[in-house]
Amino acid sequence: MKYVDEYRDHAVAQKLIAEIKRTVTRPWVLMEVCGGQTHSIVKYGLDCLLPKEVELVHGPGCPVCVTPLEMIDRAHVISRKPGVIFCSFGDMLRVPGSNGDLFQVKAEGGDVRIVYSPLDCLRIAQANPNKNVVFFAIGFETTAPANAMAVWQARAQNIRNFSVLVSHVIVPPSITGILQSPYNRVQAFLGPGHVCAVMGYREYEPIASRYRVPIVITGFEPLDLLEGTLKAVRQLEQGRAEVENQYVRAVDQRGNEAAQKMIVRVFAIADRSWRGIGIIPKSGYKLNYEFRDYDAERIFEVANIQAREPAVCISGQVLKGLKKPPDCPAFGGECTPQTPLGATMVSAEGACAAYYNYGRHLIAVETAPQSAEAKA
Amino acid sequence: MAFHERDGVRMGKIDFGGISRDACLEYIPDAALGDYVMVHVGFAISRVDAEEAARTYKYLTEMNQLGEIEAPEPELGGTAGNST
Repeated sequence: MKYVDEYRDHAVAQKLIAEIKRTVTRPWVLMEVCGGQTHSIVKYGLDCLLPKEVELVHGPGCPVCVTPLEMIDRAHVISRKPGVIFCSFGDMLRVPGSNGDLFQVKAEGGDVRIVYSPLDCLRIAQANPNKNVVFFAIGFETTAPANAMAVWQARAQNIRNFSVLVSHVIVPPSITGILQSPYNRVQAFLGPGHVCAVMGYREYEPIASRYRVPIVITGFEPLDLLEGTLKAVRQLEQGRAEVENQYVRAVDQRGNEAAQKMIVRVFAIADRSWRGIGIIPKSGYKLNYEFRDYDAERIFEVANIQAREPAVCISGQVLKGLKKPPDCPAFGGECTPQTPLGATMVSAEGACAAYYNYGRHLIAVETAPQSAEAKA
Repeated sequence: MAFHERDGVRMGKIDFGGISRDACLEYIPDAALGDYVMVHVGFAISRVDAEEAARTYKYLTEMNQLGEIEAPEPELGGTAGNST
């Protein structure tokens, strides 16, 4: 496919790796923010091709992974109610809540449906006027304009049997949270290409200068990721801390203003809980007051449902870049994509699932002594 | 890409390397036939800039030659408008 195949060129990748090797003089820790980037890095083994001085840790940008447990429990309660058609992106169905997943609800007779686009829900609502259609509106800024459009159109078309269970998060406060942690090791970020296609990258500039950290907005193909890494390493080596844009073919500084406008019409900034991390102030969206009639949390009175994470899962530390999947005793044994303990093993974009799907659990034992040596 | 309207929303038929699927074009209102767009959950969210894509790729393929002659970096062509 055009604009994809070129960015997987092996010979060019080798050149980029050689240039990174030539540039680096000391150890650096970089975090790729997006789950899609993590997936690509592990799929193509980019982390294994980089010089040992450059360590990539995996960030919190996997929307399914960070959707909090209590929100999944709320989804389960709503989806079990009579007369409800519960719609979701496919990934969310396998995420374990406190008591099973949405597939289980479906198996028990609940009307749970996978949709490709949130607009599909409006058609389902129109076709089923006697049912309540609820959409699980999760995701980052990339997904927010689509979900906002569904709510906007529902009101425009006077569709009354549609509502959304909102669990939207945004990237910049999570980056700030990582940088403020006393345990932080991250020295530069590969910024979220798709999020910035919508939002632009102005809001990352104060973060880069305040925390003295390079942020390179980066795409998702191997050459994008290697070029982003090179740009970040160059900045670190030269003592610069700027926002740079590697993903110029899809991102500009201002972003998609039509999409931003729709987000602001429908959503307001709110405190949000992140799975494995906890509450981060002003880190997500809630529905604006004028759209309260479309708020499933209010309609089905589930806002007070709380939940507690299983103790064994370290996905929170993985999402903050403090640990990697092989550091978990359950990884690849008790916890696999078929029997996930935590969300990072469920979503295709989760770091644990990426490591498992590309066979890293088979080499985890071999690499363990090396990482111990690196720490010594 | 072919255009149509569905329930008052502007839609387009997008060819994903042989598989065609509808996507909402409300956020790329001036999308034209033959444009490449990035689609997320059924919505076009960005138009791929063909010139920039070609320039970045050319820069990457030529990078080593540039490295060998110790060209000044980092503001080499292809990634114009990168830092602010």
